[in-house]
Amino acid sequence: MWADRYSIVSVLAQALRGQQGWKPVWREPEPKAEYDVVIVGGGGHGLATAWYLASQHGITNVAVVEKGYLGSGNVGRNTTIVRSNYLLPGNIPFYEHSLKLWEGLEQDINYNAMVSQRGVLNLFHSDGQRDAYARRGNAMRLHGVDAELLDQAAVRRMYPHFDYDNARFPIQGGLLQPRGGTVRHDAVAWGYARAADRRGVDMIQNCEVTGIRVEAGRAVGVETGRGFIRAKKIGLACAGNSSRVAAMAGLRLPIESHVLQAFVSEGIKPLVDGVVTFGAGHFYVSQSDKGGLVFGGDIDGYNSYAQRGNLPVVEDVAEGGMALMPGLGRLRLLRQWGGVMDMSMDGSPIIDRTPVEGLYLNAGWCYGGFKATPASGWCFAHLLARDEPHEVARALRLDRFASGHVIDEKGVGAQPNLH
Amino acid sequence: MRINCPHCGVRGAEEFAYHGDATLRRPAADAAPEAWADYVYLRDNPAGRQRELWYHAAGCHAWLVMERDTRTHEIFSVTPARDVALAGGGDVA
Ligand SMILES: Cc1cc2nc3c(=O)[nH]c(=O)nc-3n(C[C@H](O)[C@H](O)[C@H](O)COP(=O)(O)OP(=O)(O)OC[C@H]3O[C@@H](n4cnc5c(N)ncnc54)[C@H](O)[C@@H]3O)c2cc1C
Ligand SMILES: [Zn+2]
Repeated sequence: MWADRYSIVSVLAQALRGQQGWKPVWREPEPKAEYDVVIVGGGGHGLATAWYLASQHGITNVAVVEKGYLGSGNVGRNTTIVRSNYLLPGNIPFYEHSLKLWEGLEQDINYNAMVSQRGVLNLFHSDGQRDAYARRGNAMRLHGVDAELLDQAAVRRMYPHFDYDNARFPIQGGLLQPRGGTVRHDAVAWGYARAADRRGVDMIQNCEVTGIRVEAGRAVGVETGRGFIRAKKIGLACAGNSSRVAAMAGLRLPIESHVLQAFVSEGIKPLVDGVVTFGAGHFYVSQSDKGGLVFGGDIDGYNSYAQRGNLPVVEDVAEGGMALMPGLGRLRLLRQWGGVMDMSMDGSPIIDRTPVEGLYLNAGWCYGGFKATPASGWCFAHLLARDEPHEVARALRLDRFASGHVIDEKGVGAQPNLH
Repeated sequence: MRINCPHCGVRGAEEFAYHGDATLRRPAADAAPEAWADYVYLRDNPAGRQRELWYHAAGCHAWLVMERDTRTHEIFSVTPARDVALAGGGDVA
């Protein structure tokens, strides 16, 4: 077994053997006829759920059923930012739990996920915005989360090249979460998949779920491109496609699917040490280890299942970037892409049972679900294993919309294209 | 995406504001709370053809009902919401 474990010893041993001895990181099994748990969706959340089912609850007769390849969805399309700088009590403990799990993830799954706590800085540009950020920072500190309100001079020391005296959006300061940062997104999918596989979880790729069989009000299995798979419990983790998959069991969700774009510039020398968000428009930026500036902005704004973005948003993002750091205009864009996300009606996620017995839902992650990956898997595994919500995910209920307990972090109401 | 406004002709999508599913029908004022929760929060969110509301904010200020494929963004029709309502489309907002 030790030879399969990644360590300095295995790296040196492989170096001496000309890198010929590495094994495939997971098996490619045929689906079994029946599992204790079938997870639909091999993104970050589905894979993390599988790992925590195996490692925390000893449930290993599990399959992750993925229509494409593992990590082909948003887990491999996001801008890799992790943070827990939330405001509302329903959200803060959950995202802080996630950040704590990130901090120990690499040891837990024996995989280098390049967790980099380089700090997340939200800039403010007016007195009113300073007040709002001071309030957010205080709410975070009351929950034991790190937060520092910085004035302009402090931000200037960190990022001397920003446009502080911009005529319309002068930078007055920022709210810093030093423990926030970035994590290599693909490695998260690969690391969880490898770890779960080693405990016996089956990764079934290229296997689209086309139906959910419900008998007498109970979900009993999934129809797939590779035949029927029976399951005692079914967990849906199909970010972006949740409405379509839930509809297979007759459910309608408080979700719309929207596209979010991201961009990478040509590689340059170190310029942006941490993660920075512009507070007067939709723009945020960090720098990848290869040197490219990674940035993004707002969603395209109308329902879409096309994994590509429109040009007006490209322009909007570029304008936001230019207002923050005019030097950006000298860079060429290397790549641009889009991902389809579940925009929930209050901007917060759902981890809950459904009205169909045996069917569980993990959905509505909007554009902030990457940072949630470990806690989402942790809490979804808890729910699947014990049939009761995990302490920090209690508020993330499916029925909160009907009962009026929405978690509206932005205070904009039932308008998914505004969250 | 370019939208063919019945009043202004073909214009860039950035001139328009999106308002979602045009087939939702507002419940009666005394309808059950469940009916209101459905109306406010639940969506079909189809992958394929959808009838949806758009507002020509930077143009003629008309509300429009557009039929569009959410997988390809192909637009099949754009009709003034007023005409849809008068033709029996009901309460389109
Ligand atoms: C451009 C962009 C930038 C983002 N940036 C950030 C960020 O910086 N920080 C952050 O926290 N979040 C970010 N997000 C959001 C984050 O990526 C998502 O919320 C999160 O990845 C969703 O969870 P997931 O990883 O499980 O999703 P996915 O990886 O999308 O997993 C869902 C899987 O379900 C599969 N599936 C769907 N239907 C079926 C079916 N019928 N049968 C079988 N399988 C199916 C899909 O193929 C997919 O692999 C960003 C998103 C985008 C698009
Ligand atoms: Zn017009």
